[in-house]
Amino acid sequence: MEESAVHRTIDGIWRIESAKIIAALARIVRDVGIAEDLAQDALLIALERWTDEGIPENPGAWLMTTAKRRAFDHLRRSKVRDRKYEELGREIDSQQEPDWDEALDDPVGDDLLRLIFTTCHPVLSSEARVALTLRLLGGLTTEEIASAYLVPEPTVAQRIVRAKRTLTAVRVPFELPPKDELPARLSSVLEVIYLMFNEGYASSTGENWIRPVLCQEALRLGRILAEIAPDEPEVHGLVALMEIQSSRFRARVSPSGEPILLMDQNRALWDHLLIRRGLTAIERAERLGRAFGPYLIQASIAACHARAHTAAETDWVRISALYEALSQVAPSPVVELNRAVALSMAFGPEVGLEIVDALLQEPSMKNYHLLPSVRGDFLMKLGRKQEACLEFKRAATLSRNEKERDLLLRRASDCAAE
Amino acid sequence: MRFMLVVKATKSSEAGIIPNQEHFDAMRKFNDELARAGALIAAQGLHPSSNAIRISYPEPGGKPKVVDGPFTEAKELIAGFTLIEVKSREEAIQWAMRMPDPHGFGEGEIELRQVYEVAEFTQDPEAIARETEMIERVKRKLT
Repeated sequence: MEESAVHRTIDGIWRIESAKIIAALARIVRDVGIAEDLAQDALLIALERWTDEGIPENPGAWLMTTAKRRAFDHLRRSKVRDRKYEELGREIDSQQEPDWDEALDDPVGDDLLRLIFTTCHPVLSSEARVALTLRLLGGLTTEEIASAYLVPEPTVAQRIVRAKRTLTAVRVPFELPPKDELPARLSSVLEVIYLMFNEGYASSTGENWIRPVLCQEALRLGRILAEIAPDEPEVHGLVALMEIQSSRFRARVSPSGEPILLMDQNRALWDHLLIRRGLTAIERAERLGRAFGPYLIQASIAACHARAHTAAETDWVRISALYEALSQVAPSPVVELNRAVALSMAFGPEVGLEIVDALLQEPSMKNYHLLPSVRGDFLMKLGRKQEACLEFKRAATLSRNEKERDLLLRRASDCAAE
Repeated sequence: MRFMLVVKATKSSEAGIIPNQEHFDAMRKFNDELARAGALIAAQGLHPSSNAIRISYPEPGGKPKVVDGPFTEAKELIAGFTLIEVKSREEAIQWAMRMPDPHGFGEGEIELRQVYEVAEFTQDPEAIARETEMIERVKRKLT
């Protein structure tokens, strides 16, 4: 094999193995930063050796063994150092010979879960959590993360270095959170993954075709999490939500690059394999028989749309009920606005208008263009054309998107004309 | 990008012989690893071709010809597939290399094929729009 081909192959192997290796090492050395350095050392040795001697039969095991050997060397060195401290009169009563066997035999799943909880630790800023997770769990290079986030590479590199330093400085233990903290910590993990996904999803319209990488990576991490934490309904909920949203990728943009709204999308272009996977994930969560959290409810709403073969077949009554549930579990003005739309589709515009009118007092909605846009739509359907016209104009002044503004102004002039 | 690991049929798979426990476990372990890496999209085994049918179009524009299975030439048949989503062709190859010998007996054969993305068929927006419209028309007829 020529050298670059070997390197590409090693890249592929690294992507499959790196998270597992870093997780296993972090358990031994109790520091994700050091674990990553040691894993990288093993990778460098592999690059050198495999280029000369060819790729071994079981490259994953080779990398793992080499990396663990480095980790034990590291431990021994720091033990020697500690012993010197001891001679200097320092107290070290907690130092024990590590249990090598135990360290070697740990099931991979638990280590990976610990790694996810560590990289998504709340002591880090959300940017740092995302960058570190992509790097340590996704096996992405700083360059890849930088190009996905459209920020300069040194910024990402800095973020990662600082994140690792923070974890060491505040002594974040490499362990699963205690039971009573688990739900709160898990929601931080889910948030990081969904943040990643949305970053890619929201910007996937238009010219930028790099960022779907973020969606795919988030989806992949979600799927990993669902396999290693299968008893958490919200994990399946998030995965289902991402699977179903990803299924619409091809249908979301017109050939000329304009965004296409859900109701207007060509459903034949949806990826039905992903929809099936999403629906299966919801079933997995349902089988756990616990209360639905916000991700599972949102996934169920997405599933209602996915199940409808045409926009007209949408089960708006069920969607209204799900939004009702969502507004109980995770209330927000945006959820209210969506609930209003669902209710209007199910029971008529006057029902929707009532909710939307209540939202007019909401300070956070003051400059949100969708509020007047939705309100205008309800008024229009109720035949209150003049009021509708004003709302559409107002929405147009608030919208930052040119194409959307055009559409709103067109609607405004439509009601004025009649 | 998506890849399909196509498992070729063998005499034993065509005879409807279910793989022995050892092979079954090895395959399950492999699928498990794929799932834990977030790379597994789908994995299915197919019934032997004895209950399959084959539809061909021998004449251009002519009627389809339907032939009942079983079909000969086991090596040209498919016994199952695993669909994976990965970042690179090399990663897909590495996964394929880890798939256990699907049948044992020195008969197993796996083929690795990349799945087309819509964008690969054409970049021409008009052609995409035409295709889209066509699919939509077909779907309207079906519903």
